[in-house]
Amino acid sequence: MTAKLLILAAMFGKLSLLAVGGVNSTVPEIAQQVVWVHHWTTAAQFSQLFALAQSAPGPNMLIVALIGAHVAGIAGGVVASLAMILPAGILVMAVSRLWDRFREQRWRRIVQAAILPITAGLVLAAGFVLVRAADTTVLFAIITIAATGLTFGTKLHPLWLLGAGAALGLVFA
Amino acid sequence: MDESPHKPGLIAKQLTITTLFSGFFQAGILGFGGVLPVARRIIVDQRQWMTAEGFNDLFSLCQFLPGANIVNFAFAFGARNRGLAGAAAAIAGLLTAPLVIVLCISSLYHRFGAIHVVQHGLGGLAAAACGLVMGTAMKIAAPIFRGRRQMVVAGLAFGLVILAHFSLPLTMLLVLPLSIALAWRQ
Repeated sequence: MTAKLLILAAMFGKLSLLAVGGVNSTVPEIAQQVVWVHHWTTAAQFSQLFALAQSAPGPNMLIVALIGAHVAGIAGGVVASLAMILPAGILVMAVSRLWDRFREQRWRRIVQAAILPITAGLVLAAGFVLVRAADTTVLFAIITIAATGLTFGTKLHPLWLLGAGAALGLVFA
Repeated sequence: MDESPHKPGLIAKQLTITTLFSGFFQAGILGFGGVLPVARRIIVDQRQWMTAEGFNDLFSLCQFLPGANIVNFAFAFGARNRGLAGAAAAIAGLLTAPLVIVLCISSLYHRFGAIHVVQHGLGGLAAAACGLVMGTAMKIAAPIFRGRRQMVVAGLAFGLVILAHFSLPLTMLLVLPLSIALAWRQ
């Protein structure tokens, strides 16, 4: 148990400062660790836990809490969450005092311009990893394509898409 | 409205630990499918803790730095108001309800997740969640994919993770300096 908590803390603590542009850019690495390195879940289970985290209210780092809870119960959920938020949180509190001084600087804009395409590539990779794990039938693939188009092209609330996906799965699968 | 001279965008108001907790608690429990719009409504419109400009400015810092944006925001906003205790209160407020909900979901998943009909629903749910991530990725990518530099960097990050199976730390170590160098030259 303690060993599992330590693994969770080390794993998510390391990812905290690599979550450029948000938690979703770490999803490929989380999936790699959880499914292939530690064998805590199957690929399909991982995609389902990710979806459940998206369906709950709150920030999208909840996938981390769900993985932690899946591995080591309530303590696992809390430890994984703290490991994921504390390093980044401490950094943001430290930098927030200096923000006024460097917000307008050229290097700051360059770093931001450099990070944006990395975030785009990593979130695309996250989508790819999830699609590979979740879309095991034609119906599921169709649901994904429809949800992708509606997310990209409309301002439809995500809960409608998640609810419709679950309903279609129940009715037709 | 009086603005504090030292903290731009922060409306001069003494926020207590309890109000910080309750404001972010509200944002957390109402934040389905993204906390940002709800948090903005509560902090700027309802409780008027910050001007819209102040909110955008602090949020841009939280997007610039790594981590979950809204969690970073709670850390920074809480700390600006009440130091470390304020940050702890804001974070506890933001995460308590969602964590309890997610832990309940986890125990339900353990108990009922393997049932055949539940699996069908979960499969459809997971397929839709993939679409949310894909659609979001396309939204991020669409405005920046006009330049060759951005396409090369995004493609490289994608390729190293998916095709070469590089770990995220190694990928960042390779791609970030390259991306900064390319951005610098422009």
